[in-house]
Amino acid sequence: MNTRQLAKIAKRIGFWALIVLIMVYAVFPFYYAVVTSLKPSSDLFRVELWPSNWNFDNYISIFSQTSFLRAIFNSIVVAFSVVFIALLLGITASYALGRVRFRGRSTVLLVILGVSMFPQVAVLSGLFEVIRALNLYNNPAGLILSYTIFTLPFTVWVLTTFMKQLPMELEEAAIMDGATPWVTITKVFLPLMWPAMATTGLLAFIAAWNEFLFALTFTLTDTQRTVPVAIALLSGGSAYELPWGPIMAASVVVTVPLVVLVIIFQRRIVSGLTAGAVKG
Amino acid sequence: MSTSIKHDDAPAGARSFTTKPRRGTKVRRQRVKAAWLFLAPMLIALTLVAGWPLVRTFFLSFTDASLSDLGAANLIGFENYLVYDDGSWYGVLADSVWWQSVWNTVYFSVVSVSLEVVFGVIVALILNAEFKGRVIVRAAVLIPWAIPTIVSAQMWAWMLNDQFGIINHLLMSVGIIDAPIAWTANAVYSMWAVIMVDVWKTIPFVALLVLAALQMLPKDCYEAAEVDGIHPLRVFFKVTLPLITPALMVAVIFRLLDALRVFDVIYVLTSNSTSTMSMSVYARQQLVEFQDVGYGSAASTLLFLIIALATVAYLYVGRKQIQLGGD
Repeated sequence: MNTRQLAKIAKRIGFWALIVLIMVYAVFPFYYAVVTSLKPSSDLFRVELWPSNWNFDNYISIFSQTSFLRAIFNSIVVAFSVVFIALLLGITASYALGRVRFRGRSTVLLVILGVSMFPQVAVLSGLFEVIRALNLYNNPAGLILSYTIFTLPFTVWVLTTFMKQLPMELEEAAIMDGATPWVTITKVFLPLMWPAMATTGLLAFIAAWNEFLFALTFTLTDTQRTVPVAIALLSGGSAYELPWGPIMAASVVVTVPLVVLVIIFQRRIVSGLTAGAVKG
Repeated sequence: MSTSIKHDDAPAGARSFTTKPRRGTKVRRQRVKAAWLFLAPMLIALTLVAGWPLVRTFFLSFTDASLSDLGAANLIGFENYLVYDDGSWYGVLADSVWWQSVWNTVYFSVVSVSLEVVFGVIVALILNAEFKGRVIVRAAVLIPWAIPTIVSAQMWAWMLNDQFGIINHLLMSVGIIDAPIAWTANAVYSMWAVIMVDVWKTIPFVALLVLAALQMLPKDCYEAAEVDGIHPLRVFFKVTLPLITPALMVAVIFRLLDALRVFDVIYVLTSNSTSTMSMSVYARQQLVEFQDVGYGSAASTLLFLIIALATVAYLYVGRKQIQLGGD
């Protein structure tokens, strides 16, 4: 055993220690939320890394609240509608932007980029007016409409990037066969775009599921809220007596589907994030 | 944004389709018409949710509109921004709380984005190394990014709880502190609590962008460096860092724009406390809680101008790297 070998072993230990540190840092808060959510309320204020008595009281308590169930339902409806609309508008727009060269194309791309940089609060009062005028205040449909502002720009950007990478020959062949642009999109490109659509759809879903500012401002009653607002307001009221057990249980419930989705689709998400950001 | 920006950015393969000789053909005209038709739904949607509301916010900032009765607004000029009346100044620009929120936002943005970049690069370098279980580590690192901001704020609020929080507990058992710290309530620590949560949540984003850049680096110069026995740190600063700078710049601008408009983390962790209030929190408080749409819109407009300025400055500096719409 000489010093070089020792140095090598030390390096390996250091490397793995760093990996363990990163893993713990990334996962621990979520793990601790799960642990807290499984504790009976009497144990809540005893700090421990592993619950000594397990029970599901906190989960029973949040699922027996109709407002929480409604919030989950609202979030599901809103997020799926947003994904559907963003993909529908995004795929047609990205065909135009990715495959056709026309005057004003750069301007449109610049406008989309500009919109994606909007601070949400800058449109808050104007959008409030629009939503009131359309009679959508305190209605999840108003949220579906307002989430378009931040899902559509990046959906269009990422889909445009993918659209451009499709081979020219496919489209030439379609044109030779006399296909209209609409047929070209639906019959030729759409089948090839599924991976890209899954990626952008997932990103749009996560963004819509997590949105807070609009949901907080454009809804008023418990039955119309989405889960982030429901969770934030669970803690409202007094600053001294917070129902931490149920809050953590609700947090785990709304997060688990996302964590599962992210782990399953992690490769896709990575490519979507980098495509959207690097090209954007 | 004007139409005068023209980039010759068609990929080489597309030239035959798009250059002048073809301009008049029937196929081309049909395609251009279809393009605008396909763009129309998106443009209408964006006008409805972005363009028009922005114009209205801008307009409302010059009125005394109130949330309870938006219709009954009177034009009052720049009074929401700045007005001299009876020996003192009024308006957003004369409000010390606004300037506090501007300072908070800038401080938050600079500190958290710097930390995210440093730690993001470290995590990316680790993930770029070949080792067993890399996929698992990468999935684990993504978890904070997947957790809704609200949820992460609540989770950390619980961990940072002054009496029962695990962080105080750990710090006390190790002996770093003797008494629990009210992380989110104490003005000295609350900004750091907010930064801590934001850094935790967004390291994955930076790490992934940097990782993507790292994986495209040429292998041969590293082999050469190894053969020459150059210290890895030197290789990092002389070779890796310059090569990943473009990706890093993209990550920085994205994070910076996000940080400048920060709302949820701060609202949930520290509510409307002035020691952490961001510009977005300030604007929303005026708009919704104080019902003063005119004043709140003035604050929103100022925030929009700050972000627009930052964006334009970035586009100007990084014009070469962004290449609008190009491949």
